[in-house]
Amino acid sequence: MNDAVKRHEYDVVVIGAGGAGLRAAIEASAMGVRTALICKSLLGKAHTVMAEGGIAAALGNVWKEDNWKVHFRDTMRGGKLLNHWRMAQIHAQEAPDRVLELEEWGALFDRTKDGLILQRDFGGHRYARLAHVGDRTGLEMIRTLQDHAVHRGIDVFMETTMFRLLTEDGRVSGAIGYDRQKGELALFHAKAVVLATGGVGKAWKVTSNSWEYTGDGFAMALEAGAELIDMEMTQFHPTGMVWPTSVRGLLVTEGVRGDGGTLKNANGERFMFKYIPEFFKAETADNEAEADRWYEDKTNRRTPDLLPRDEVARAINAEVKAGRGSPHGGVFLDIASRRSAEYIKRRLPSMYHQFMQLAGVDITKEAMEIGPTLHYIMGGVRVDPDSTQSTVPGLFAAGEVAAGMHGANRLGGNSLSDLLVFGRRAGLYAAEYAKRLARMPLLDEQQVSRRSQEILAPLERRGGENPYALHAELTDTMQDLVGIIRTADELRQALTRIDSLRTRAARCAVASGRVYNPSWHLALDLRTMLLCSEAVTRSALLREESRGGHTRDDYPKPDPDWGKKNVVTRLRDGQVELRTASLPEAPSELRALLGEEKPSAKVAVPAGAE
Amino acid sequence: MPTVKVNVFRGDASGGELKRYDVPTDPGMVVLDVVHRIQATQEPDLAVRWNCKAGKCGSCSAEINGLPKLMCMTRMDTFEEGEEITVTPVKTFPVIRDLVTDVSYNYEWAKTIPAFKPKPKEADGTRRMYQDDVERVQEFHKCIECFLCQDVCHVIRDHEEDKAGFAGPRYFVRLAALEMHPLDTNDRTELIRQKYGLGYCNITKCCTDVCPEHIHITDNAIIPLKERVVTSTYDPVGWALRRMRGKPATLAAGEPEPPSA
Ligand SMILES: Cc1cc2nc3c(=O)[nH]c(=O)nc-3n(C[C@H](O)[C@H](O)[C@H](O)COP(=O)(O)OP(=O)(O)OC[C@H]3O[C@@H](n4cnc5c(N)ncnc54)[C@H](O)[C@@H]3O)c2cc1C
Ligand code: SF4
Ligand code: SF4
Ligand code: FES
Repeated sequence: MNDAVKRHEYDVVVIGAGGAGLRAAIEASAMGVRTALICKSLLGKAHTVMAEGGIAAALGNVWKEDNWKVHFRDTMRGGKLLNHWRMAQIHAQEAPDRVLELEEWGALFDRTKDGLILQRDFGGHRYARLAHVGDRTGLEMIRTLQDHAVHRGIDVFMETTMFRLLTEDGRVSGAIGYDRQKGELALFHAKAVVLATGGVGKAWKVTSNSWEYTGDGFAMALEAGAELIDMEMTQFHPTGMVWPTSVRGLLVTEGVRGDGGTLKNANGERFMFKYIPEFFKAETADNEAEADRWYEDKTNRRTPDLLPRDEVARAINAEVKAGRGSPHGGVFLDIASRRSAEYIKRRLPSMYHQFMQLAGVDITKEAMEIGPTLHYIMGGVRVDPDSTQSTVPGLFAAGEVAAGMHGANRLGGNSLSDLLVFGRRAGLYAAEYAKRLARMPLLDEQQVSRRSQEILAPLERRGGENPYALHAELTDTMQDLVGIIRTADELRQALTRIDSLRTRAARCAVASGRVYNPSWHLALDLRTMLLCSEAVTRSALLREESRGGHTRDDYPKPDPDWGKKNVVTRLRDGQVELRTASLPEAPSELRALLGEEKPSAKVAVPAGAE
Repeated sequence: MPTVKVNVFRGDASGGELKRYDVPTDPGMVVLDVVHRIQATQEPDLAVRWNCKAGKCGSCSAEINGLPKLMCMTRMDTFEEGEEITVTPVKTFPVIRDLVTDVSYNYEWAKTIPAFKPKPKEADGTRRMYQDDVERVQEFHKCIECFLCQDVCHVIRDHEEDKAGFAGPRYFVRLAALEMHPLDTNDRTELIRQKYGLGYCNITKCCTDVCPEHIHITDNAIIPLKERVVTSTYDPVGWALRRMRGKPATLAAGEPEPPSA
């Protein structure tokens, strides 16, 4: 077997070419350091391309009352105050500049009547705040960044999967993996590494995520000695498609509700009014008339259809359990009876096509059937809020793989802005770190050969388990036992199953051949998915409360003590080890922004809104 | 659960053949689901690209019964009952393995296109553009880089030797997006004529027919580009002046107005 390793040397290596990775690479290369960008798919196909609804930034183009303080408050409250305050602050302050910068690089957002960037309503945001392009915002964003990166001459390694990080004395020295097209081993010797690898949705059965989301970044960080926090915080987006089965989980953008769509149960009842939690009572409309007025006039309280995602997902779950669901086990999302066909097609063109082509449903005439789908993970690599550096020197993380920014629940639109804000910072600080290092870190050749063997091992086994079958068992386990509503009993069962799956995965055998062999790739991805699944499940077992994306049937209420703690995961001698750490407390002037408030009475009508 | 008969190309750069599979299907399945089912149950190393499964990323391009399509958006119930379905890799690009091809031709062309270069901001520090001005360029920005238009274009589909002098419809769309961008000031006209090979295009419209994003590639991108190239050839000074004054809000009299969508 050919175990020759192709070697490259860079100052900064960015793993992942979604919004976060692209933005990081652009910044690092602008800092004048040798930069490489690596991704598992072709360039431009990362998750970011699928984002629909928009980028949250307090530009104040539609509601001039909007500013970073309101955005900060919305983000923190949406995250059930488990966010790292400093990340939420930086994010709210810098997001407008990052969005405007995209315009300088050629992005074309939808416009207000005055010719500025138009913003739309989304769950948990007090004002219409999401810059967007119809319902294909992610495409605009990734293509703008991609073209900009290409013109900067950044070296891009497509269809290349990184498997493990390399370290010298506890700090990063590079990464090793394989080229999927050729099947060759690829080693990147580097001073600094930025992880921008996204999430781990592929461990669940019903998910909006693609094959790429196998938690590689979480696993690589853990194995290099870094810490993860709050892995139990998983976001189930309330509106995924439920029918036909083959598209189950595909996302239906929150923009449908932002643009006037409402949720209904089988009796035609707008059930969200029954599920307004105490925490959001003061700012949420408790009757249909006020909720409907809110779209045009923000002196009204917000419709409960646009409560944060965790609230809406739980409500849908409860309606279905109570027997008031739709024929295929979801509920109805209706925009057809509330907006004109012309408006729907203009505002939500890809939703229109998605339902028409994949489900045979005309959303301008009929309600959609929707239900929760695993969408995002708030937990991830623990980073310094300003520099994005992990607890391992030289290892930085940004985007979905990093944690802290979103707390217990992410608001829609806050991911795309997070990618830009912290992607840029990761590139900047990784480049600075690389410049400060006097010499290239040394490569440990023993590590290199050990990792090389691990990568090639599945190809050498014969007659083992089928990786596809094991993957299906894992997704069933996570779906059934680590879903929206959790109990200690089920979480323990999940751990037992994950354990046995891990033993079996180690025996997994694959088809021969190194060139573009997906069975080999999946066998390697199983390892990272299993490690992440264990981290999620054990963190969920430890956190004995319900908060945001983590709901325990046996501890149904938020617990103020747990509200001050992060669950920290790390590896010790190859074993997952958990502890809690206290959440940094926001300075008093920021804490003062977080209280409950009713919308102010002197809010103006939106400038240039439609 | 009806079982369908599917022929899939199996092979690599050195050649290959169609292999026949019987695959049980469920209601609502698309061709990509069938390919995945073959992979999970019969051929673990069957190579295929995909990401979004919703027609948004442009990864899963292939030829289905000879027609360039996205596998994730082609429903099985669009075929006759009992019809045999044949899935082959896109023909214009070299096969790497099975349904996966080497599309680096596209990424190489992308590198050569002169970047977006915006004019100065408004006096108040903002960028003002109106929905009507951005809409026609937004049409081009819908491109998901599936490269199906590149696949179908006869200029390169059967002529490997012409690839070096022809960027293809995807990049005419990109060039049109830049040239018609309300803020851009870079002039790519000379390059469009000489380097990107626009002249080879004889407006067969095959690219427009296969575009899953329904971009009017020929009418809205290629024809206006051709007109611009011609205009600038005969009137380089006028062209330069018009560009300096900004576009398209200030189209000079006589400058061709692209047909609207
Ligand atoms: C359907 C959908 C709609 C969404 N809509 C919105 C929205 O409207 N607004 C919003 O704010 N958010 C939205 N989100 C969430 C948001 O899109 C994602 O959270 C975000 O794009 C993640 O970006 P990222 O840069 O962190 O990672 P990604 O864009 O997912 O990129 C990850 C990159 O890492 C690479 N990678 C992973 N592992 C490896 C490895 N081992 N080796 C090498 N490379 C690797 C991948 O190839 C990829 O390039 C949506 C998500 C989905 C799925
Ligand atoms: S119209 Fe031109 S670019 Fe399009 S397929 Fe025909 S020859 Fe090719
Ligand atoms: S123009 Fe259309 S067919 Fe061509 S690559 Fe873009 S989306 Fe695909
Ligand atoms: S998988 Fe994304 S377009 Fe088909």
